[in-house]
Amino acid sequence: MPDTTTSAITNELLTLVPRAEGKQSMKDFKSDQEVRWCPGCGDYAVLAAVQGFMPQLGLAKENIVFVSGIGCSSRFPYYMNTYGMHSIHGRAPAIATGLATSRRDLSVWVVTGDGDALSIGGNHLIHALRRNVNLKILLFNNRIYGLTKGQYSPTSEVGKITKSTPMGSLDAPFNPVSLAIGAEASFVARTVDSDRKHLTEVLRQAAEHPGTALVEIYQNCNIFNDGAFEVLKDKDQAAEAVIRLEHGQPIRFGADGAKGVVRNRATGDLEVVAVTPENEADVLVHDAHAASPTTAFALSRLADADTLHHTPIGVLRSVERPVYDTLMSDQLDAAVERHGKGDLSAMLAGGDTWTVVG
Amino acid sequence: MTSQVSSPAEQADEADDANENDRAVGEQRAERHILAREGTGEKEVRRLDRVIIRFAGDSGDGMQLTGDRFTSETASFGNDLSTLPNFPAEIRAPAGTLPGVSSFQLHFADHDILTPGDAPNVLVAMNPAALKANIGDVPRGADIIVNTDEFTKRPMAKVGYLTSPLEDGSLDAYQIHPVPLTTLTIEALKEFGLSRKEAERSKNMFALGLLSWMYHRPTESTERFLRAKFAKKPQIAEANVAAFRAGWNFGETTEDFAVSYEVAPAAAAFPAGTYRNISGNLALSYGLIAAGHQADLPLYLGSYPITPASDILHELSKHKNFGVRTFQAEDEIAAIGAALGAAFGGSLAVTTTSGPGVALKSETIGLAVSLELPLLVVAIQRGGPSTGLPTKTEQADLLQAMYGRNGEAPVPVVAPRTPADCFDAALDAARIALTYRTPVFLLSDGYLANGSEPWRIPETEELPDLRVQFATGPNHQLADGTEVFWPYKRDPGTLARPWAVPGTPGLEHRIGGIEKQDGTGNISYDPANHDFMVRTRQAKIDGIEVPDLEVDDPDGARTLVLGWGSTYGPITAAVRRLRKEPVPIAQAHLRHLNPFPRNLGEVLSRYDKVVVPEMNLGQLATMLRAKYLVDAHSYNQVNGMPFKAEQLATALKEAIDA
Repeated sequence: MPDTTTSAITNELLTLVPRAEGKQSMKDFKSDQEVRWCPGCGDYAVLAAVQGFMPQLGLAKENIVFVSGIGCSSRFPYYMNTYGMHSIHGRAPAIATGLATSRRDLSVWVVTGDGDALSIGGNHLIHALRRNVNLKILLFNNRIYGLTKGQYSPTSEVGKITKSTPMGSLDAPFNPVSLAIGAEASFVARTVDSDRKHLTEVLRQAAEHPGTALVEIYQNCNIFNDGAFEVLKDKDQAAEAVIRLEHGQPIRFGADGAKGVVRNRATGDLEVVAVTPENEADVLVHDAHAASPTTAFALSRLADADTLHHTPIGVLRSVERPVYDTLMSDQLDAAVERHGKGDLSAMLAGGDTWTVVG
Repeated sequence: MTSQVSSPAEQADEADDANENDRAVGEQRAERHILAREGTGEKEVRRLDRVIIRFAGDSGDGMQLTGDRFTSETASFGNDLSTLPNFPAEIRAPAGTLPGVSSFQLHFADHDILTPGDAPNVLVAMNPAALKANIGDVPRGADIIVNTDEFTKRPMAKVGYLTSPLEDGSLDAYQIHPVPLTTLTIEALKEFGLSRKEAERSKNMFALGLLSWMYHRPTESTERFLRAKFAKKPQIAEANVAAFRAGWNFGETTEDFAVSYEVAPAAAAFPAGTYRNISGNLALSYGLIAAGHQADLPLYLGSYPITPASDILHELSKHKNFGVRTFQAEDEIAAIGAALGAAFGGSLAVTTTSGPGVALKSETIGLAVSLELPLLVVAIQRGGPSTGLPTKTEQADLLQAMYGRNGEAPVPVVAPRTPADCFDAALDAARIALTYRTPVFLLSDGYLANGSEPWRIPETEELPDLRVQFATGPNHQLADGTEVFWPYKRDPGTLARPWAVPGTPGLEHRIGGIEKQDGTGNISYDPANHDFMVRTRQAKIDGIEVPDLEVDDPDGARTLVLGWGSTYGPITAAVRRLRKEPVPIAQAHLRHLNPFPRNLGEVLSRYDKVVVPEMNLGQLATMLRAKYLVDAHSYNQVNGMPFKAEQLATALKEAIDA
């Protein structure tokens, strides 16, 4: 994926975070702890991609913090040689919000899963997104509960047979990208654990985004939900299943870009068509920076929840919006400007007072 | 109530109450001097040593504001005072109904007092509902000022008055002052060109003016307040000032009010200093800001609105120029989560809530115990369980604060005893949190939160030094000589672990809720290590330095009354009554519920009987029995209201005699 979406954005907030003094390597970001995910878990690939990407970001590692909740993916911070907190189920966005809003010199990352972020912690996720706190949220979506050994999750397909749903799950799943766009997210992207190059590029764009960036990472749980994303990874099927979004480029996919996404003039909805010389000009050009979230949302709905056909990956939405931490900090500055720096004695002695002479 | 200091006058003066309250109120007004201003044609002025006034009206009548203003006037006049606001949870309950009645009781005196008073000497009843809801608390002979305009058929019928209580003789035992407050207010505001409805709204200021005349209150501060409050609506401001003055003038001219009263400043009760009136929640807010200042750390509040704690969120939000960050979260859990995140980043972190919110925060408090980060959990208790009585007071969350978590998760508990004491208690809670790197409960309640009293404003030099040292470098040497940083290597004195904030090079580390290996902080499932860590966390809390319990026992009594939190005022008033009789009784009051003062066991063992009055079903008593095997005798009231001194005195007497 070429570097296109960030051309319009320069994240001034990143300048608040000290840069690394020397040259960093991937090794600098590996902690001394033994990684304890199941052999073959998709988390390994994501960890390697993140550790490999961090030197590119070039921030002082003591100013990087990973905060996680509970779940397999939430062990992530232990393996990063940065500051980190492995917190409690679902609450990482809230904890990270407190850290990010009080320390703008930190680059704060949240690592969470589909159960952590969308079930027990759903409330915190949507509120972090709407506030646009300067957080980078990596949502590992494996469509299953792994750590509790295989119950269905809020992203599992309907009818999922698991230990807790022997006759099939009944709940309609969340589409995390649709949810994030609906929650006013300013940056929403999707990527896949096994595509290191794509994953790294999405991470880079997320890191450079001022405000909350939500990155959904399709991640394979080879124990409890193996092959959940195989259709997006298998060379024969992926071309037809995956829609790679690139800002400023026509949305085409399939062998030789034979298919494209066009807008139905009657309904305004998006649909997949076979591209012909007649309709080629109608193929939608992806605009990640569109002010309106409508088209990004429509793109997120192209995927079939069961088969994952027509799954868009890449940056669906990336718009600039006031960042909560900045606004909070600005208010503090404005208060000092208006009232002067706080004077404790004056505050305590405010209001109606009287004096008793001894 | 000047609790932060104890003056010699305390012992003697409250004793007056003992006898006074046994008598009817008419008698109680044993005027010490009569200042008849002969030959001047002016009205008679009598001097009283103390007065209890209760303003009562509809929720929309502005009774809380009226009470607040009278309190401010009284404070600036220099009386000692104590207040009890009492209002429904509904913002505007149906007008004229009993559930919609809002009241404000104020006790003020020329001497040191401890409670808002058991029974009002004066009731201001703005409507029939206010009369009906409060008459049961008013002793015979008391003055009742009623707004006669509201005593028409429909409002009276609404609360079940079939005949007018003003005419059917049912109030003959009281001094009734019928005043057409609404009519007089509208008349007084004729020239302002306001609608009837607009003009009528100033009737509380008319009532305030009348009461201010009756008790010789200074009026400048109220006029100043009104002009500031309605700065954007000068016409409304002037109308309110006019109503206020009209009320004053009405008292001065009408014959129904033949006497006015003076209550001299309580000069002897107050040590030298500058004073202001302060509510518990305001004092607590100031205490938090002062703690941040003294610790030289930015203050961070994560909070979700909940009665009766929201005032602290409001107050702290006003002080951003102190670098105070306030974050109104999406829920209680996020509120404490954000606070804990800020604590990790090196802020003095606070979350404020009440009982139901504490329940929601429990898991995160447990995380804070495990992370060993400083965090203040301010819980303003209210009636429970569940939603309970949101605007009423209770002490029934002590055991929740102590034990309401999974696993062995000890948390220190600090409880203020009076509204002004909330300031010192906040500083003390911050001291413990910062020194021992632990979450701390600051357990106040609705009575302290909303009640107020005079407070001697401290000089900043008097405040404790709360500065902390962040970790800056390695703290451990491995066998091979390598210098490393161990996040769980403890200070041998306090058992506190180092506070290494992100941004410190070389100290990168990971912490979490999973059990950690002693020292390194790495994940550990080792059985012996877990046992050690559980015991070490407990030992850290048990080892917190708290002052010894002081016992007030001038007569060598055999019975000790032991309280905690907001019962201090009523218990102390009751003790004074008993000693006046004289019945010897010893008194002690706990600020630290966890850990208890070191000498508590020894103190308890000195007495034949230990009586523990609580606004719950015996939670402290349960803790005392469990820890000290003492037969603590519980005296309990869980009706949403503070104890009355007289009732407590009787109960204590019975316990002593039993």
